Amino acid sequence: MNILNKMNFHVIGVITLITASSFVFPALSGTILHRPPGAALKMPRGFHVQVVADALGTARHLAVSKQGLVYIKLGKLKGGKGIIVLEGINGDGKAVKETGFGDFIGTGMYIKDDYLYASSNTDVYRYKLNDRGEVIDTAHPERIITGLLDRHEHNSKSIVLDNSGNIYVNVGAYSNACQLQDRTKGSPGANPCPILDSAAGIWQFRADKQDQTYGDGVHYATGLRNVVGLDWNQPLDQLFVMQHGRDQLFQLDPDLYDAKQSAELPAETMYALRKGDNAGWPYVYYDQFQKKKILAPEYGGNGHTTADEKAIDPIDAFPGHMAPDGLLFYTGNMFPERYRNGAFIAFHGSWNRAPEKQKGYFVVFQPFKNGKPDGDWEVFADNFAGSDDISSPSQALHRPCGLAQGPDGALYVSDDVKGTIYRITYDSK
Amino acid sequence: MKRIVLGLVVLLGVAAAVPQPIQAPMQRGKAIYEQTCLPCHQADAGGVPGMNPPLRKSPYVQGAPTRLIGIILKGLNDGVEIDGDTYSNPMPAFGSVLKDQEIADVLSYLRSHFGNKAGPINKPQVSRIREAMEALKGK
Repeated sequence: MNILNKMNFHVIGVITLITASSFVFPALSGTILHRPPGAALKMPRGFHVQVVADALGTARHLAVSKQGLVYIKLGKLKGGKGIIVLEGINGDGKAVKETGFGDFIGTGMYIKDDYLYASSNTDVYRYKLNDRGEVIDTAHPERIITGLLDRHEHNSKSIVLDNSGNIYVNVGAYSNACQLQDRTKGSPGANPCPILDSAAGIWQFRADKQDQTYGDGVHYATGLRNVVGLDWNQPLDQLFVMQHGRDQLFQLDPDLYDAKQSAELPAETMYALRKGDNAGWPYVYYDQFQKKKILAPEYGGNGHTTADEKAIDPIDAFPGHMAPDGLLFYTGNMFPERYRNGAFIAFHGSWNRAPEKQKGYFVVFQPFKNGKPDGDWEVFADNFAGSDDISSPSQALHRPCGLAQGPDGALYVSDDVKGTIYRITYDSK
Repeated sequence: MKRIVLGLVVLLGVAAAVPQPIQAPMQRGKAIYEQTCLPCHQADAGGVPGMNPPLRKSPYVQGAPTRLIGIILKGLNDGVEIDGDTYSNPMPAFGSVLKDQEIADVLSYLRSHFGNKAGPINKPQVSRIREAMEALKGK
């Protein structure tokens, strides 16, 4: 798949201009890295990017209130605070006031009906907002969900709400492929996989009840290895999730897969979920080239045998290991009409393509029509990493993680390397 | 004593003239790193933020050989913390995958590369830890 063919970057025009006036293209001279963060992002024509805040640290998911306050969940405390609030965003996009509260780390951040919802790696809390969009009592949130599994691996709890008072929480598998010995060559898959009873799925809870745990919730969907990016599709009134596909096909089964195949397989998949759905992990993975659910090698697969026809098919598939950490269906009016109800996906960027070059580190746009992906996905905001040549994720200057939409239709993107918050606007001029 | 010194001089002389025998363990260690460790810890040993810990300038790599050898042999799933950052992916056990000499080679390579400055680890050190762990398991 040639990504370049799909891109219609404004930067191509810039290159032409710059070459015409005999300047050196910044990306080639390396000066691009010294520009203010965010200014280096490559966007389609007509889109502009501003840096709302910088140096927040591990900025995971974020939410914007209808009054324009930006709430960011941190994966690591900053000055003892796990949630940052940005206020007073002015003309150049800079926030004039930064405050914080909440002494827990985590990923999930969502606003619905005058409540701010935030997750730790085990619990979900909510804070009442006042009519200015401010948290009324930062010290006393309601704990609505507690006791979710955190066994280190895939422990982030992403959250989203529907329009009927329910909250959906991802509990990721504490495993790569449910082997008896995780990530260990030669270790067979546990059958049945015991992880599926309390992880590797989505749980549904009531948004307004305190201290719910597994028994109080609905095991909404299963067979999902790890979901970080998820969103409620408003026109369809349906939950959409992005699954992180399994790792290490080549390292665990070098007889069946080579390093190149393992860098592309399996797909990172988008699912449109209904209650009771099973996406097939760990027994099958989705091969985007064969367009089939393939039996995992830990369960006797050979790279071709299909299995588990009861498992649902993805609605969309992306190259392997790019790590979709943010999903947002655009419902605003600021961007051109073709973006309406389409999906933005923040790909955090791969590590498991090594020794091949890494991929991702960008926000893509997948157009939708009549509730289905319509045509090829395209790179929307690129160059978070600061270079096209990333062999190891620690080389990336920024990694996009969360997505949120402002009341004016601007798109916000968080970065969890430096903690830069970007605001992307459109202006046809 | 004289004979020993003389012997050492001869050995060093041979080593200087034919560098391969001294470099060979490092080359073996590098090959094991690239095949076994690199997929998770990456080509520059920078690791993966939040998931797989970096091995460059690492307190674990440069620290006590006993702890380091133990992690390779038995794996680790405690959520390692380094400089306030936590790493959540498990380290698989390599005790049944790598031989003692291979573990010594890859650790010696790691301890002298990627900004790490610690002494080499030899095969008997690995064997002793492996035996001690086996003995504990038997009880």
